[in-house]
Amino acid sequence: MKLYCLSGHPTLPCNVLKFKSTTIMLDCGLDMTSTLNFLPLPLVQSPRLSNLPGWSLKDGNAFLDKELKECSGHVFVDSVPEFCLPETELIDLSTVDVILISNYHCMMALPYITEHTGFTGTVYATEPTVQIGRLLMEELVNFIERVPKAQSASLWKNKDIQRLLPSPLKDAVEVSTWRRCYTMQEVNSALSKIQLVGYSQKIELFGAVQVTPLSSGYALGSSNWIIQSHYEKVSYVSGSSLLTTHPQPMDQASLKNSDVLVLTGLTQIPTANPDGMVGEFCSNLALTVRNGGNVLVPCYPSGVIYDLLECLYQYIDSAGLSNIPFYFISPVANSSLEFSQIFAEWLCHNKQTKVYLPEPPFPHAELIQTNKLRHYPSIHGDFSNDFRQPCVVFTGHPSLRFGDVVHFMELWGKSSLNTVIFTEPDFSYLEALAPYQPLAMKCIYCPIDTRLNFIQVSKLLKEVQPLHVVCPEQYTQPPPAQSHRMDLMIDCQPPAMSYRRAEVLALPFKRLFEKIEIMPELADSLVPMEIKPGISLATVSAVLHTKDNKHVLQPPPRPAPPTSGKKRKRASEDIPDCKVLKPLLSGSIPVEQFVQTLEKHGFSDVKVEDTAKGHIVLLQEAETLIQIEEDSTHIICDNDEMLRVRLRDLVLKFLQKF
Amino acid sequence: MTPVWRSCWTGLKRSLKQQAELLPGLFGEAGPLGQAAWSAPTVRSGWIQGLRSLAQHPSALPFLADCGTLDTIFSLQGDSSLFVASAAGQLLVHILGLSLQGPAEGPPSPQACDWPVCAQKIVGHIEGSLRSMATPQVTQALNVLTTTFGHCHGPWMQVLWERLSPLVACLLQEDPLPAAHSLVDLLLSVARSPVLSSSDCGLWETLAQTLRRLSPAQAGPLALGILKLQDCPQALRAQAFGVLLQPLACVLTAADQAPGPPGLPEGTTGDSVTVDTLLSSKSACAGLLCQTLAHLELLQPLPQRPSPWPQAPLLGAAVTILRFCNGSAAPASDVGGRLCAILAGCVRVQRAALDFLGALAQETGPQELVTQVSAVLLEYLRSPDSSPTVLKKAFQATLRWLLSSPRAPGCCDLDPDTQLFLRELLPVLRKRLCSPCWEVRDSGLEFLTQVTRHWGGQAGFRHALLASEVPELAEQLLRDPESYVRASAVTAVGQLSSQGLHATAASPEQLGGQKESLLAELLHVLSTDSEGFPRRAAMQVFTEWLRDRHADVAEDTEQFVARVLQAASRDLDWEVRAQGLELALVFLAQTLGQPSARCPYAVAAPQATPPGPLAQALRALSRVRLFEFAFRALFDCDRPVAQKSCDLLLFLRAQATPSGGLQEAEGSPDVVPVEAALQRWRAGEQGEPLGDLEPEAVLAVLRSLDLEGLRGALAESSDHVEKSPQSLLQDMLATVGVRGENQADCY
Repeated sequence: MKLYCLSGHPTLPCNVLKFKSTTIMLDCGLDMTSTLNFLPLPLVQSPRLSNLPGWSLKDGNAFLDKELKECSGHVFVDSVPEFCLPETELIDLSTVDVILISNYHCMMALPYITEHTGFTGTVYATEPTVQIGRLLMEELVNFIERVPKAQSASLWKNKDIQRLLPSPLKDAVEVSTWRRCYTMQEVNSALSKIQLVGYSQKIELFGAVQVTPLSSGYALGSSNWIIQSHYEKVSYVSGSSLLTTHPQPMDQASLKNSDVLVLTGLTQIPTANPDGMVGEFCSNLALTVRNGGNVLVPCYPSGVIYDLLECLYQYIDSAGLSNIPFYFISPVANSSLEFSQIFAEWLCHNKQTKVYLPEPPFPHAELIQTNKLRHYPSIHGDFSNDFRQPCVVFTGHPSLRFGDVVHFMELWGKSSLNTVIFTEPDFSYLEALAPYQPLAMKCIYCPIDTRLNFIQVSKLLKEVQPLHVVCPEQYTQPPPAQSHRMDLMIDCQPPAMSYRRAEVLALPFKRLFEKIEIMPELADSLVPMEIKPGISLATVSAVLHTKDNKHVLQPPPRPAPPTSGKKRKRASEDIPDCKVLKPLLSGSIPVEQFVQTLEKHGFSDVKVEDTAKGHIVLLQEAETLIQIEEDSTHIICDNDEMLRVRLRDLVLKFLQKF
Repeated sequence: MTPVWRSCWTGLKRSLKQQAELLPGLFGEAGPLGQAAWSAPTVRSGWIQGLRSLAQHPSALPFLADCGTLDTIFSLQGDSSLFVASAAGQLLVHILGLSLQGPAEGPPSPQACDWPVCAQKIVGHIEGSLRSMATPQVTQALNVLTTTFGHCHGPWMQVLWERLSPLVACLLQEDPLPAAHSLVDLLLSVARSPVLSSSDCGLWETLAQTLRRLSPAQAGPLALGILKLQDCPQALRAQAFGVLLQPLACVLTAADQAPGPPGLPEGTTGDSVTVDTLLSSKSACAGLLCQTLAHLELLQPLPQRPSPWPQAPLLGAAVTILRFCNGSAAPASDVGGRLCAILAGCVRVQRAALDFLGALAQETGPQELVTQVSAVLLEYLRSPDSSPTVLKKAFQATLRWLLSSPRAPGCCDLDPDTQLFLRELLPVLRKRLCSPCWEVRDSGLEFLTQVTRHWGGQAGFRHALLASEVPELAEQLLRDPESYVRASAVTAVGQLSSQGLHATAASPEQLGGQKESLLAELLHVLSTDSEGFPRRAAMQVFTEWLRDRHADVAEDTEQFVARVLQAASRDLDWEVRAQGLELALVFLAQTLGQPSARCPYAVAAPQATPPGPLAQALRALSRVRLFEFAFRALFDCDRPVAQKSCDLLLFLRAQATPSGGLQEAEGSPDVVPVEAALQRWRAGEQGEPLGDLEPEAVLAVLRSLDLEGLRGALAESSDHVEKSPQSLLQDMLATVGVRGENQADCY
């Protein structure tokens, strides 16, 4: 069993598991942090961004000034943003049989894999994952396509040139593999390969293994996966949460008794407690608005935003913010808000019960109804008519490199009354803000990551008790910035096996058994003999038939039809194959009794010697030696067949035959 | 239970000789043990109470020793009901005390054979239990001894201790030590006993040995107990203090990697046993640290605390623990790293350390450490990860440190460091008042109230507070959805207003409209809030305002009092009504003069109020409907309200009729409507309002009421009727049925 690790990002994993002749890709995450190296794509022409000076080498060589721009001491690539894809060279991706998706954030690289690698298999995911994943992709494509940029920078990627660039461009990895965003057509084609599954549904893969999605409690439709054969079980835990938020709670019990547990997608901010961060978010929001400032919340169109809106729903009245408008701007804002209300079966119990009242499960419906929350596809159109300040705006993209958020950063960045509150943990907020410097607006970092923290992981592992844990290497040591925090790493026995990008891991796992079915008519013909209470044995003569990784014992072929004249006689006889079989022996030979029996039958001068494997009985007079071992008995006598047969019969008396 | 009780009672009434056949049946070997009723714990409990009464009789002790009763009591020490087991232990102490007090002629002989039989049996049983080394038996024996040494002070205590101390010393050799907690209790009880502490009896050596023998967690309470003792050898005190400080020494060593923490008494180094305990598990670590911090917090204010008090290392330890808990410490040592991993996010330890840090504010420390304290407190107040309970403790500790901060030399204002701290603190407070978690808003408001109460007059504070947005936010929280927060907001805003710090600028959303006065807003809370807490808080603020003659109140005091009393009288919450009476009393005192006659033992007669102003004052009271409010409250269904009203009316009567009969001579006022109303209220009816009352009529009614008698009746506890012998007798008769014989027995 092998694990090919195609992504180095612990929360955006992409691994391939080879298990029992199947090749399974686990998630298909897209690392978008590469976009932080690019200049933002402004929706409205920004004189500031377009007038940034070109960057030149120390020696004054300015051949890169078209591609690289300088802003407040940082250098950015002036081109369409590009993404860092999973490894495509480590394994032939056309051999991948299936792709299992655990949540909508972990499928963003899907079009690159399904459309450009010769992939012919099936993708499995739950319905909310697919629907919301589609929204995220649609939003991404829309953000990038609506600001067409003719320029494409590639010169800087040259290894010799890259070495000369300042950090972080100098340290960016695998830049040659960075790709532009996919198109909507590719998205549609990729999504058409997805087959929908439900929690606990068992899916057979070629008869070899069975895969099952389990609720992981992190997002709508998010799942962990069990991959098991009859005797082996691999659990894939990715992006799970034990907190009570909107999704169905995590199914932990089904993860028990795993041979291997692959653990990815833990919280990216292990020191920040989500509850505390929500508090911080609300307080800062209220303070800014009270002082007449605007609040900008860069976010994804789905996920934590639902919980934030729910919190605000309860909070705004008590904080006296009832008159403050909340705007949610995204090309998919409407669909996201509406989708969330229709996936009742994927929600936590509390929200499910609301549906039967009937009430919308999320209170943002009421916020929309009372006009406190308004949503728009973009800043253009209706929004500009309704726009009223001070206000709170939720919009994408959290990287601050594309989407409507770029406009608001440009608009509000100059006033210290305004605040930008970062709630998504995927991007370093300092790096995200770099191209907007100098910035007067306040910045608050309240990352809300509900995924498992290390205390929860240690409890989970204690409860689930897998034989081996496999995880990204980042989880096996404390975070670099807090090297003394030994509590911020996975602590388990045996120590977790770690992987990094482009590594192949041989999992410590031996297959010992295989399940074989017996056809009913063959089973009927068996005559079991009880050799111990509760244990019966029967000899089986059959043909082993293997197809689609399933093994079946079928009755052996009948002999050729008998001639009519001898029918009677033949019918009374057994199947000829069985006739030649010798009886099978079982049991062990008690040496002392055996010696007594020998003496009774006239053998004198019997000696017994102990050996490493058993005993040797010496009949000195007859110059004969009987070697008794656990699984064999040898009679060694000098050409005296009579004696050998006599001795053999004496040995056989102690054994059971059938 | 009734038959047992009955027997107890009758047993006391008749002589033992007359009851020769009854008593063995009840308390002897052939007693109630076999009966079905014995399985009820209440019966066993009653049986023990009966015996306790019986033991007062001079001839009871030999009887108890002879007829096997003691054995039953011994077995009841292990009863499944904790109440019965505890009562059995106490009964043994009682019997032992009585039997050894009996001879009374000089100290008892050290020879056991000279002791009364009862004492011999009990002490023999205790010795047997101590020798058994079985934890339950040893615990029972130690508990009996602990109570004995705690309650009995006869000269025989010394003899008893001399006899039993070798056995107690033997326990210390056992591994594991049985009943360690009970042993600590016993040793401390013996050490506190006045009879023994004067003479040593080897006690100090035993205590020192025990301190060495116990695990760090077990030794803590013993060390604290030793340090609280008045007279104790210095060496033992030093040892005990060392034990108490050990966990903190470990923490300091782990954080610094220094050979020994500076400033702690010599010999206090983190030993390996303590380190092992701290690192063994999260719960053990938290338990030991919390216990140590709590013990030191208790010790800190005591006069007999060790001197010199290691203020600086203790401050350092508290700060270090808090840094371990929030992950901001970066220890280089391995132990430090592991402690950090264990303590990260441990709310229990955070709370204990903040409490301790607050207690240490009684004294100051080196400037560098005080700066660290301020920094760590700010870290906790700022951190979004601080849980609401931790935040509350952080606010409390901050308050204590702020209030203990030195004044700038040569002026009465805050020193520059404190001013700087305040500038950082107020934005944090502002943010906390906007928290979505109500507990946080509540603690923030409590802090604001306290700090304003103490510093309202400091120019530096006033300036910083008014420049922040805090007063406006506090006022906004008057409309908070959570009632506790509304209550705290009422108190905070009341306090701010008293100090002239109330928000004057209207908030943005109210810019257009006329801003309502705070008095009107609080009156609105009092009359309309659906929860009791905000209404109570409003009443308290009003009382304080009236007492301090707040400007808004002084404008038209009568109208203010009338409106408040009217609202309070209708309130369903008895505390609001009681607070209304408090306010009425303040008004009364302000109108009629100070309540000098409130002290019942005061010698001076109440000062006579001249009749002219008195009549005016009484009319003022009538105008605010104070009489009606007080009379109505006199028959309130809640006793505290009635009691308060009674006190108020007594004060009024004393003030208004100083020379007795002055007003009576002026003709008879019409008291009929008042008395009729009183009758109705007494009967529990609501009744109509009385309207304006003639002061003379009120005084006449006051004179006619038996207020002293009423006060006496109200002072009785609520179950005094149920506990009276008469009620008990009625219960017995009702249970047994009315039979002549029984009745005769009972009388």
